[in-house]
Amino acid sequence: MSDLPTELRYTQSHEWVRNNEDGTFTVGITDHAQELLGDIVFVETPEEDAEIEAGDGCAVVESVKAASDIYMPISGIVASANGELADTPEAINDDAYQAGWIFTIKSDGVEWDNLLTVEQYEGLLAEDE
Amino acid sequence: MNARTPLYALHEAHGGKIVDFAGWDMPIHYGSQVQEHHQVRSDAGMFDVSHMVVVDLEGEQVIAFLRHLLANDVARLKTSGKALYSCMLNEAGGVIDDLIVYYMNDCWFRMVVNAGTREKDLAWINTQAAAFGVSVTERDELAMIAVQGPNARDRALSVMPPTVATASAELKRFFATDCEGWFVARTGYTGEDGFEVVLPAEQAAEFWSALANAGVKPIGLGARDTLRLEAGMNLYGNDMDESTTPLVAGLGWTVVLDDERDFIGKTVLVSQKADGVPSKLVGLKLTGRGVLRSHQKVKLADGGEGETTSGTFSPTLGYAIAMARVPANVGATCEVEIRGKWVAAEVVKYPFVRDGKACN
Repeated sequence: MSDLPTELRYTQSHEWVRNNEDGTFTVGITDHAQELLGDIVFVETPEEDAEIEAGDGCAVVESVKAASDIYMPISGIVASANGELADTPEAINDDAYQAGWIFTIKSDGVEWDNLLTVEQYEGLLAEDE
Repeated sequence: MNARTPLYALHEAHGGKIVDFAGWDMPIHYGSQVQEHHQVRSDAGMFDVSHMVVVDLEGEQVIAFLRHLLANDVARLKTSGKALYSCMLNEAGGVIDDLIVYYMNDCWFRMVVNAGTREKDLAWINTQAAAFGVSVTERDELAMIAVQGPNARDRALSVMPPTVATASAELKRFFATDCEGWFVARTGYTGEDGFEVVLPAEQAAEFWSALANAGVKPIGLGARDTLRLEAGMNLYGNDMDESTTPLVAGLGWTVVLDDERDFIGKTVLVSQKADGVPSKLVGLKLTGRGVLRSHQKVKLADGGEGETTSGTFSPTLGYAIAMARVPANVGATCEVEIRGKWVAAEVVKYPFVRDGKACN
């Protein structure tokens, strides 16, 4: 297993969240998730300015094998989407935590503490093994 | 407990991701399905297809038997080793399975059928064979390795036993040779040149390893599916089954109807052809954004409806492709429902890719 970035928070459904410390949060899927999906060939990113509740489906990542929903990790308004993924969806496979980011959210961040810490997410992955 | 082929340990050693396929533990990929796909289109790859069912049919009436059993006509086969693709139908004209049959001599044909339909195929074949005194022998002691790609033949020939290599080097497309217990056919399921090699199970690991040393990469079932779909080859259970005739499954070219021969299901096909076939299988190229999958709804301009039977992102072409069953009056375009949205698609001819090149 690759080393998980310690500054990020995680979800049960394998999204990661970065607190950009400016009222925005960046969201992607974990290395574990991209590995399960296999070669990613298409990403449907959320509409900018959409207001979405935590836990709602907001994006779709499709691999050669299957489509997988991405869920909003914390409630907020979509601030931006990674347009590069239209041409290079495989960035999620190659660099899940940096170039493979999917969208950013404007949020008050009160739900940040509901997210899994790196230790908790590691525990989740260990259970899945 | 699933069945395992003689190559199972090698799949694990190569890092194969193992999944259940028709009761077999088989590799879906060895890391990247897309890279494996490109490997076959650009160079050479090998597939463990030992789960497929090799059946020998022997007897003095074997030709009469197969002319009765199959929708295609084995009487077309005049030269030893020649292969024929055919559907095997039930009385209602529905497809029990699709298969390849090789004419070896007037008393011996070798047939290869799908793993997922093993039990019902053998039951049906045995039932029908009795009246013709034909013996039906499953060859489970044999393994099967497909070597496919523009460099596949050269690489495979370089590591075959010398006499087998000599006989195999001369094979024309869609012919097979039987030599020293090895059965080598210049056939495949990828749209590329190559061989399908049936050999004693105890020699399979050594041959696989020799191919690997010659630069042939292992390819999983995932890429096998995207390769066959690009090549416009039907997948049993997706693109046809017992509820469809070959005529609505794009397989009319494999059916011989216009002579005196009678075969199982013929009556239904003759009347379906006379009445006009209600639907047909077409190729789709997605022009809007997204990925085509099986069982998506298709809508025609005139309101007619259909369904995709197989769909994928095509690694060779860089867009999504599908086969779809649609009303026979389909025009040049349609729409496909992807997660509740209607996305534009073009109706195109298939194969989509042949010998590494785009066809459309």
